Amino acid sequence: MWAILIVLGIFVGIPVVVGLLLTAAVVWYNKSKTAAAEKALAQGGHGTSFVREMASMPGGEGVLQCIQCGTCVASCPNSYEMQHPPRRIIAMVRAGMRKEVLASNAMWYCASCYLCTARCPRGVKVTDLMYALKQVAYRHGFRYGPTGAPVMYRNFVDSVNRNGRVHELGMMMGYYLGSKPLAMLKMGFIGLKLMARGRSPLKAHTIKDKEQLAAIIAKARSLEAARAKEEVSA
Amino acid sequence: MKYLYFPGCSLDASAVAYDLSIKATAGELGIDLKELEDWNCCGSSPYSSVDELLACCVSARNLAIAEKQKELALVTACSACYRTLGKTNELLKRYPQLKGEVDEALAAGGLEYHGGVRVRHLAEVLLNDVGPHAIAAKVQKKLDGLKVAVYYGCQLVRPRGEFDDPELPQSLDRLVDSLGAKAVPFPLKSRCCGGSLIISDEGVALGLIKKLLDSASFNGAECIITICPLCQTNLDVYQGRVNSKFKTHYEIPVLFFTQLVGLALGKGTRELGIDKGMVSAEKLLTRYR
Repeated sequence: MWAILIVLGIFVGIPVVVGLLLTAAVVWYNKSKTAAAEKALAQGGHGTSFVREMASMPGGEGVLQCIQCGTCVASCPNSYEMQHPPRRIIAMVRAGMRKEVLASNAMWYCASCYLCTARCPRGVKVTDLMYALKQVAYRHGFRYGPTGAPVMYRNFVDSVNRNGRVHELGMMMGYYLGSKPLAMLKMGFIGLKLMARGRSPLKAHTIKDKEQLAAIIAKARSLEAARAKEEVSA
Repeated sequence: MKYLYFPGCSLDASAVAYDLSIKATAGELGIDLKELEDWNCCGSSPYSSVDELLACCVSARNLAIAEKQKELALVTACSACYRTLGKTNELLKRYPQLKGEVDEALAAGGLEYHGGVRVRHLAEVLLNDVGPHAIAAKVQKKLDGLKVAVYYGCQLVRPRGEFDDPELPQSLDRLVDSLGAKAVPFPLKSRCCGGSLIISDEGVALGLIKKLLDSASFNGAECIITICPLCQTNLDVYQGRVNSKFKTHYEIPVLFFTQLVGLALGKGTRELGIDKGMVSAEKLLTRYR
């Protein structure tokens, strides 16, 4: 019972004023982080060329194969939302426009429906290329903007790293707190309806062998750090 | 027929009805599901949006555990799990450097993986291993005349279309017909529901969901069936949001395909978790009591 009351308080009880203030603070924080990432990117010193960097990633080889026909753009359900639709993004990668590509919202609007990949006459894995772009943008510090997606992904990944499984409720709350706290009020009703139907457990489900997963992740991280060092020195 | 079962995180939460209906029907169809020991999240699209190597390692932990029971295929009912686990297999085969790093990381957890696990979707198992004829023979209550829009979504059929046509799949329509119901024409059956954009960019996803509801309704569907937990959540939980945003009045129940199969096998609505839907299917189903 008390748990329901607490959640009620969290979802609907937060006064709108606090929500507004929090939203302003979060928006400001996210913007300043994005600006810092852009600034760092503009300073250069990335070692290898952008095309080479992308082409060396799984799925990124596509930047070299594309014939600029535009089938991907015509197939994409969300290309109209993208500052640069897929065909143009590929052209921009080839032109070495690292900052413009990574700071754009394009790849964050990819919903992984794979229609572009299924249709591409050159066999470019456009969806995987979008993943590669997201990874590089994330690595360069674009963890906050220019859409809500990076913050949501970060909360999802944190949830997996912590519990071994995604806790949907915790992930959603983390996401809304870190991007648009005011929207939590709106979402509260949906959350309560889901809870009433037993579709949103309060407690996170965890795996038994968390240490094993943690050891695997730690090792992967250290391998990654070593690889990054090598690349810079090369 | 014995399989390893990978439920995935959603089937513990927002799609708990999917899990209920699978457990209620599998046995009767001769499908013996053994839950994968201590499985973890497949990583889904968020993890590989952040870091490829880590995403592969997290996903490969499941495959490594599954490989210990070599003869069994790993079956999941979630399209995202199906795609993600399958993609990990593909990546490890294509990229030796990545494979080397994943091997090293898995070894840190005392695991190894040699690429021997076949990842399958439950829908495909039902169609190919059980088959519409065998299912039809088990039907207790024919769902005569129920008009169904079969929604395949994206990640079951794409990118490669190893299971069915990547744009206009037909196979599950036959399954629906074998239950006595009627699969209506549904041109958008494999179009995107917006996926996780419903969280990060609701407006964009609502537009996509509306198109699906428009198409299903235009073709006379009385309900939609899905094979993916996220598709079900988007179409069911957010249907009210579509209505308020676009001034529409949709009230189309969205069921998991296993719930429809369960109904035809004579199972109760509670047992199948049908009461967990946001859009009630009660009115529709009184016809079949």
